[in-house]
Amino acid sequence: MRKQTKTKRWSALAAALLMAVLSACGGGNGNGNGGEAASSPSAGAPASEAASASPSASGEPSGGKKQGGNVTVLILQDLDFLDPHQAVAAGTYEVLFNVFEGLLKPNEKGELLPAIAESYTVSDDGLSYTFKIRGGVKFHNGQPLTSADVKYSYARLAGLDTGKPLQATFGGVRSVEAPDDSTVVITLKEPNSSFLTALTAAVIPNGYQDSNKNPVGTGPFKFKEYTPGQHLVVEKFPDYYQAGVPSLDQVEFRIVSDPQAGLLALKSGEIDIYPRIGTEQLEQVASDFQTLSTPQNLVQLVTFNIDRKPFDDIRVRQALNYAIDKDEIIQGVALGKGTKLGSNLSPVLAKYYQEGLEDKYKTDLEKAKSLLKEAGYPDGFETTLSVPSVYQFHVDTAQVIAAQLEKIGVKVKLEPVEWAVWLERIYKGRDYDTTIIGLDGKLDPYQILNKYLSDSPNNFFNYSNPEFDSTLQAAVAETDDAKRIELYKKAQTLLADDAAAIYIMDPNTNVALNKKLAGYKTYPLYVQDLSSVYFTE
Amino acid sequence: MRRRINMTVGLLLVSMLFVLMLVSLFYTPYEPNAMRIADRLSGPSASHWLGTDNFGRDLLSRSMVGTQTAFLVGAASVAIGAAGGLLVGSLAGYAGKWADELLMRATDALLAFPGILLALLLVSVFRPSLLQTILAIGILFVPSFARVVRSGVLQQREADYVRAVRAFGAGHVNVLFVQILPNIASSIITTAALSFSTAILIEAALSYLGLGVQPPDPSWGRMLNESQTYLSAAPWFTLAPGVLITISVLGFNLLSDGIRDARDVRA
Amino acid sequence: MNYYFRRLFTLALTVVLVLILTFSVFRVIPGDPALAILGVEASQEQIEMLSEKLGTDRPMAVQLLEWFRGAATLDLGTSLRYSEPVSDLIASRLPVTLILALESVAIVIAFSIPLGIAAARRPGKAADLAVSVLTQLGLAVPSFWMGILLLLLFGLTLNWVPVSTYVGWDENPWLALRSTFLPAAALAIPQIAIVVRYLRTSLLEQLNLDYVRTARSKGLGDRAVLYGHALRNSLLPVATVIGIQFGELLAGSLVIEQVFSLPGFGSLLISAIGNRDYPLVQGLVLFIAASVIVVNFLVDLSYRWLDPKIKLR
Repeated sequence: MRKQTKTKRWSALAAALLMAVLSACGGGNGNGNGGEAASSPSAGAPASEAASASPSASGEPSGGKKQGGNVTVLILQDLDFLDPHQAVAAGTYEVLFNVFEGLLKPNEKGELLPAIAESYTVSDDGLSYTFKIRGGVKFHNGQPLTSADVKYSYARLAGLDTGKPLQATFGGVRSVEAPDDSTVVITLKEPNSSFLTALTAAVIPNGYQDSNKNPVGTGPFKFKEYTPGQHLVVEKFPDYYQAGVPSLDQVEFRIVSDPQAGLLALKSGEIDIYPRIGTEQLEQVASDFQTLSTPQNLVQLVTFNIDRKPFDDIRVRQALNYAIDKDEIIQGVALGKGTKLGSNLSPVLAKYYQEGLEDKYKTDLEKAKSLLKEAGYPDGFETTLSVPSVYQFHVDTAQVIAAQLEKIGVKVKLEPVEWAVWLERIYKGRDYDTTIIGLDGKLDPYQILNKYLSDSPNNFFNYSNPEFDSTLQAAVAETDDAKRIELYKKAQTLLADDAAAIYIMDPNTNVALNKKLAGYKTYPLYVQDLSSVYFTE
Repeated sequence: MRRRINMTVGLLLVSMLFVLMLVSLFYTPYEPNAMRIADRLSGPSASHWLGTDNFGRDLLSRSMVGTQTAFLVGAASVAIGAAGGLLVGSLAGYAGKWADELLMRATDALLAFPGILLALLLVSVFRPSLLQTILAIGILFVPSFARVVRSGVLQQREADYVRAVRAFGAGHVNVLFVQILPNIASSIITTAALSFSTAILIEAALSYLGLGVQPPDPSWGRMLNESQTYLSAAPWFTLAPGVLITISVLGFNLLSDGIRDARDVRA
Repeated sequence: MNYYFRRLFTLALTVVLVLILTFSVFRVIPGDPALAILGVEASQEQIEMLSEKLGTDRPMAVQLLEWFRGAATLDLGTSLRYSEPVSDLIASRLPVTLILALESVAIVIAFSIPLGIAAARRPGKAADLAVSVLTQLGLAVPSFWMGILLLLLFGLTLNWVPVSTYVGWDENPWLALRSTFLPAAALAIPQIAIVVRYLRTSLLEQLNLDYVRTARSKGLGDRAVLYGHALRNSLLPVATVIGIQFGELLAGSLVIEQVFSLPGFGSLLISAIGNRDYPLVQGLVLFIAASVIVVNFLVDLSYRWLDPKIKLR
């Protein structure tokens, strides 16, 4: 909203706001310098559907739709695997979203829509899922898709042959059957309300082993070429089962890791879409480009190692919560473009979001000091805050937090660690005092909150609360929607009550687009959906 | 004429920085890590002479404190390099034969390798931090000092006066420190001054890559790294640290030239 | 012959030292390559499976031995991260770094010779002093900061835009050259300063030699003397310096590539270190070290071949 705001941009903003309100839609990930830590194996790599939603999510320049054209999209990091079943990095999923799809796929509101499946039914005991496969779906190599391909793909993910699931979300699968060419039956070991989100995982041709060199999917775009460190190019798949999708002929995902170079590339027209552009930069280009800024379903938080003194004392954790001024952090690090949080769930998931927790620990230095005194630390203490140094956004936040905690006598030593070290020592090894990270949102709250289960291998907080465990277990097994929602809300409240961590914000994701483009949609997931994008006259 | 200019300007620049560093120990206009989010990225003004960074920290204060880091890295890594070089060089010079050949080939080998690449690898062994940066750069300097010391030892070892002293029963260590070192002092100082500026350059490059000094420790290279994100919004951000690096490298280079020139005149 | 033997020995020792260093470096620091690839959401099974596939679950000694055996037959192994042969990855990044280094060499030659001549023509006069101030400055400005300044000036202020992303050499050679021009210039500046100093000293030496005086006394003009004799003889040592600088340029490009976000060795090496991609780091270090050493060796040989006056040690 700079000086040169024009009508077009107003409509863009209005559309973005409307979307955020109506659908709590986020999309992509944030803030240029990155904030995501995690990846989304749960969601596989489906292609997108454009027909279901009117293509009005992004700013809508006047002028009619023009078929064809090539678009270059900036991506921040290289891909880890081209094989969608092996890929774990969020940055890979973001790209492969255009090449692959699963039985189901998420839309820009985070709802699951049928994709390869036309329809499905769930048995009353919640154990057996029967899918009817859509007719006329073809792979990029021309081969028609049958239930055998689905069976192969999902059995591979569930590790039914090897006994080791490729993706944890498929761990609960007992069997995948294909009784006829257009039917797939998946049976679970126990009921799991969050299992459907796993079925967004990619379907690949039966027996296909060459996905890492030449990925073949059913999505709206087919793989053309990949040069490590430089780019991945996809082109229009003319036989996509939705007529008229996609509109673009070719999309290049170009790897530009430096924001400054990215900005120059955008300005010079070498790049048409710059997702996750830094907030400072977004303001700079606002007059010449369409810009979007929406929450993205990410939880940025400072975690305590609760097994370690002094963080085993809830009063210490609460004191630190009271000492933090989240508004100042959002202002200073995200330029105000972030949503304050109070527990480990973003309001993007509006259905499950427990409101009112954001200000549970409203900044109160006196209260913080007295809590510390009660806990036996009248003069504060020293602690180390480990920061993954690749994420400038977290490094910046950490510096503000250190300054804020200093005010109640807590001396924070910043310890920047490389990403590989962070994963091994802090995340897996749980050898740290406090750390700062962004936990990637999923479509289902269970996938987000299950890190806090006391026996979770990923419980790097060392958080343990039997009441939380039983609440969350009950939630995932619950088939009644309203009851499930209540249980998830209770779980969030428990985390906040226990001051399990300092929940800071869901930083906005920003996108800058060429003004000639329309139809761009933002997702509450780390994806870029190019299928709905088109050029205007 | 030219010679004296080198020396004078070099001394002037270095002592200017030295004074700046001394002052920064006791006084900076603002607390260098104090954040004022409201004032972020404001341009140079009466209250912030060099402007502020993305947290509203005063760039003048941070640049001043950065002088401490630069001097610390320079002095400590030169000390490490000189001590290591003394050990290796005198060992090679005295022991001769096999040990000499091996040690000198090893120093040749290290010298043939681009310094920044070696520093990069060394820093990644340790965790990035101020101390490790100093260590890595110090190790880098060992070969050049070792060469200077070795050639000094070789030159002086057979000199009459050294033989004479030795005949009176002086130990090797005594001979080395009392007799030989003073004679090669000027070449060691030249090497030290040059290494000092190299250390500042390498530290800046490592910190710029994010592998050297880590926040919130102020370092010019780190500031350059941070400034790049805001290059178009706050171009002044990149100027102060860059100019200071340039001045200090210039100062120590000129000083090194000056000392060498002065020695050449004497010779 | 003893000399060449000695040089070769040094060369081999350098490579071995460097490799031992890289090896021990990466066995000491924490960070599991499988975990680095898989990230936060990976299950223990996934990590174990990937470790098994990558071979990083085997004893270190076995991995080392295998790598050495491969390297001996010029097989640098497979990158853990990209599951591509390391040599292919090096080959795909080589053009960027090589163009950058060669372009820098060209810039160094283009600028340093006229500047060196200008300085040596009338020593102590205005031009000489100006050049000497410039060279001192050139040596003092960190090249990556010079890169940032050039980016600021040409990219952001003047908007001469195509300075940003790299265009492939095979796609458009002209654009490829243009997109590497600014970083090459930034890289070249300190090296120009060094060459100018050498050239000036060596020209002054030549101009004071007997044959030049004789030529002058025979009535040859300043120009003829300078270009015909002195310059030609001074270029030999200068060529050596430029050869030696190749290593510096290669190493310097690691940093400058980060400023301009060029997909060369620098970004590959730094991300490989971050990802604990051992084979890739080792391969890159081996390649860079070997090329620097080979270039130095060749320069050394050619120097001795061109100028038989230098006696072999």
